[in-house]
Amino acid sequence: MTRDIAVVAFAQSDTLRSTEEVSEVEMLMPVLHDVLARTGLKTADIGFTCSGSSDYLAGRAFSFTLALDGVGAWPPISESHVEMDGAWALYEAWVKLRTGDADTALVYAYGKSSPGSVRDVLTRQLDPYYVAPLWPDSVALAALQAQALIDAGETDEPALAAIGARSRATDNPRAQPRGPVPRGDYVVRPLRTGDCPPIGDGAVAVVLAAGERARDLCGRPAWIRGLDHRIEAHSLGVRDLTDSPSTRLAAERAGAFERPVDTAELHAPFSAQEVVLRRALKLGGDVRVNPSGGALAANPMMAAGLARIGEAAARIHRGESDRALAHATSGPCLQQNLVAVLEGDPR
Amino acid sequence: MSAVLKAPVTVEFPFTRSLGPVQSAFLTGLRERVVLGVRTGDGRTLVPPVEYDPVTAEEIRDVVEVAPTGTVTTWAWNHAPRRGQPLAGPFAWVLVRLDGADTALLHALDAPGPDAVHTGMRVRVRWAEERTGAITDIACFEPYDGEAGQLTGGTGEFENPVGGIVAPARLDYTYSPGRAQTAYINALADRRTVGERCPSCRKVYVPPRGACPTCGVATEERVEVGPGGTVTTFCIVNIKAKNLDIEVPYVYAHIALDGADLALHGRIGGIPYDQVRMGLRVEPVWTEGGRYPDHYRPTGEPDGDYDMYKELL
Repeated sequence: MTRDIAVVAFAQSDTLRSTEEVSEVEMLMPVLHDVLARTGLKTADIGFTCSGSSDYLAGRAFSFTLALDGVGAWPPISESHVEMDGAWALYEAWVKLRTGDADTALVYAYGKSSPGSVRDVLTRQLDPYYVAPLWPDSVALAALQAQALIDAGETDEPALAAIGARSRATDNPRAQPRGPVPRGDYVVRPLRTGDCPPIGDGAVAVVLAAGERARDLCGRPAWIRGLDHRIEAHSLGVRDLTDSPSTRLAAERAGAFERPVDTAELHAPFSAQEVVLRRALKLGGDVRVNPSGGALAANPMMAAGLARIGEAAARIHRGESDRALAHATSGPCLQQNLVAVLEGDPR
Repeated sequence: MSAVLKAPVTVEFPFTRSLGPVQSAFLTGLRERVVLGVRTGDGRTLVPPVEYDPVTAEEIRDVVEVAPTGTVTTWAWNHAPRRGQPLAGPFAWVLVRLDGADTALLHALDAPGPDAVHTGMRVRVRWAEERTGAITDIACFEPYDGEAGQLTGGTGEFENPVGGIVAPARLDYTYSPGRAQTAYINALADRRTVGERCPSCRKVYVPPRGACPTCGVATEERVEVGPGGTVTTFCIVNIKAKNLDIEVPYVYAHIALDGADLALHGRIGGIPYDQVRMGLRVEPVWTEGGRYPDHYRPTGEPDGDYDMYKELL
């Protein structure tokens, strides 16, 4: 069974360096209310709910079950969770809707990085035999990728600084740092503060709907024309860090190369990763890349990838885009990549 | 508005992991100062070696020796090492393609500064003095300007191969409980149990978590409950917990405080463990200076009627 599925609503919280005055569910709940209000739906109207988060960030086991309180999950609802970015929760919900099992889905993601040290937390996702015992932090691994790109002549430090500056010049009111941000000192050379994402807490939610239901709920639905995700080999030393074949393959399977897109929301937490993605996705100079500011402007862990899909969809909702690409990543050095192609109805 | 409560929490665990045959050969080799790779079907040599071909997923078991010298394929200067990293002073993270290998190994390079490091530079393994069969048996790499290192010529088979590793993991957090639970904890310190009422279904949650799981809305109206309550169900604990100074057996119970629509957990004291029963009426006991009830004890009232608490089981 093939049905057209669309993103019909998007909402997000501010991304803040600390949200210690609220719990995870207290941070998430206003975003859930916001996204449902945009469609007029109530929890009971939603056919399937799927979320993305990681208990390692805040160091609280099963925190995602407490977050479900904010949905209103009793009596039991049809629900699932991925210990990944919410973009992969959206993938699961999209599959569920395509099977015809549900007509609407609520997808949300949240991350509280403030209780821990996210650079160290992320070492725990690495190969436990050969890599994790060395505790290479997320900035160090991104810096190895950046240096490989510089050595290959694909970029240089001023070009990376320009990516950071352009990203943070966004007018997105949800961006964490805004306006001119100095390049700063090296964090792990060649990456400087301005090349690294801000550390912040935040939440994101979208509503998906199938077929006519999407048109009922949204003036201009963002139809998902294709959605695919692929992964690189596990070992960093096996990969060519200057390229992203998994992104290219996902984009191909999602139909991204069939016609040009006008907008691309890329999940590149580090400036050099945008260089890799632009090439893998064959984005021309006329494509608006990350008008939202991307992950360099706000990077709530586990939510920033879903936010890329939401931001791209919101542009279609507002009539600012007709065909947009959204990308999400997970793991070190663009380990796993998801590509969605979204379109609005002709105007 | 009271100040945000905070407490440090360390999550620490020694992960014990078993090894496959190729991983075991590689890590045992490091213990013996020999670097081993694995050959793929198309003749490439992977270092560090894996058990399945990353391209074809074919099982690979053909272990071969490579040299302890190699070439840096990319690097990053780490001026401020973090806990657990290979060197305490500034160093370069490097990917190193060892002589004889087709892929690169991640490790640290001990170098005087970033100006002394470049892609393409030659390096060699510096072995750790004490080796156990772990990636940290390579202490780090160091600059090297000689020929490719000699192979030992061994078979890749060793006495007492390692079968597993113990990988300690530790992460440090600062917990803060959020709005609803902060209010709950602060009230407990005043010897009051305060829940929150759902504005929609009117249920009172104790302890409050800030949201009504039925309605999905914020609970903000504070409601003092108890102090008395009814045991809805219980269990008898016979295993002594580490760092817990309570004699076994003891009773741990779900207690529906008067006015609450959710049972909380607590220990029952002041009564022999085998006399605790569903319906037993109890009240909290605070110890001197305690910020929360130490346990609950019988009030002496007649037992609560099952119909009164059956919805709270």
